[in-house]
Amino acid sequence: MGFSPIGEYRPGTSVLHRLPVGTKLLGLVVLSILAVAFRGVPTTSALLGLAVIGCVVGGVPVRRAARSLRGMLVAMVFLAAYQTWQRGPERAYVVVGALVALLLLATVFTTTTQVERMIDAITRWLEPFRRFGVRPELVALAFSLMIRGIPLTLEIAAETRDAARARGLDRNPRAYLTPLVIRVVAHARATGDALHARGIGDD
Amino acid sequence: MSRIEFDGVVVRAVTPGGPVPEITVVQETTLDLTEQRIALIGPNGSGKSTLARLVNGLVEPTTGQVLVEGLDVAKKGREVRRRVGFVFTDPTAQLVMPTVIEDIALSLRHQVRGREERAAAARNVLASYGLEELAERSVHTLSGGQRQLLAIAGVLATDPAVLVADEPTTLLDLRNSRKIGDLLLGLSQQLVLATHDLDLALRCDRALLVDQGAVVADGSPAEVVAHYRRTAG
Repeated sequence: MGFSPIGEYRPGTSVLHRLPVGTKLLGLVVLSILAVAFRGVPTTSALLGLAVIGCVVGGVPVRRAARSLRGMLVAMVFLAAYQTWQRGPERAYVVVGALVALLLLATVFTTTTQVERMIDAITRWLEPFRRFGVRPELVALAFSLMIRGIPLTLEIAAETRDAARARGLDRNPRAYLTPLVIRVVAHARATGDALHARGIGDD
Repeated sequence: MSRIEFDGVVVRAVTPGGPVPEITVVQETTLDLTEQRIALIGPNGSGKSTLARLVNGLVEPTTGQVLVEGLDVAKKGREVRRRVGFVFTDPTAQLVMPTVIEDIALSLRHQVRGREERAAAARNVLASYGLEELAERSVHTLSGGQRQLLAIAGVLATDPAVLVADEPTTLLDLRNSRKIGDLLLGLSQQLVLATHDLDLALRCDRALLVDQGAVVADGSPAEVVAHYRRTAG
């Protein structure tokens, strides 16, 4: 069974659930900029603190928070090792800590925000661009398909890897990557057919 | 009851790199489908799915025309798709939103404008299919039977006049297959059902046997299924 590395919506009544989508997204963008613009131990520590508070307030279960980090674990370990080697442990903490904090904050956002609300918000924001040929509903739908596509692609990847293993081909990248790409593209085409059949994109 | 007409429909497909540049997927077919429950049966690759897809405009005829309630599917695709729902074999591709209730709400976007009203309407739809407990669940955590039931609920939420189902029970276990079959055959909508389940086909009002792109038998399900069993080898 697949899972989404950025978490999925969990119903709730917390203040984070009630905040408008735009406010939460803007907050996430501002914190990301702060993490880069004011790089240092105090900023990273503050971001980590905020992320933990966000997880608690938004009701993000520990397992889900850990799962959101698991996908980046290898990259983070390498990054931490490289930074420690090149610039010392303090720098490693600043860089990797900020990355962990932002991943957790993104998980808080997706856990407390219904995709339908995101679609409504994106549609509203893009409305002024309709005169330039932009179709806000389609952009918003593409966004939701991307979110839905993450766990699906991981599910297909797991099945394809198992199939390669079952044939004793687990060390052959072609036996894994070729069917993975074919299945993802086939799924994309099937999804296109399904959207067409549901009349989405007709208007 | 709706009326589906195939008037001299032929479907050809280009086969790049194949031994012949083009193959005929559906040979010239003329049909008048007015019965409530119509089964399309036949071997794999016979053209059942293509016939089913023609009704919704997912496939367009190379020559001839398909009419649904008098509307040409190729020219009035948008209007036809509002009248014709489609259920796929694998519901995974059909469920495009992350959670169960959001997927139903997506179907209702044209009918119900307000978000709160739409959520309430979506909950009503889920309740009518016994899926209300799953409302907030992620669609990828559902079982195969639950996914197919949700896909059908999502299509029926828009109250189409015709439902086309392309082998909707093929991936299901016996219990879910019966449940989905009973649901489809009990609908008030006209049903076009492409299926390998001959028991299901026998419960329809009319059956068509498709082989090599042609309708080779057409009539009462008992006769057509018997013919299929005799000739299937």
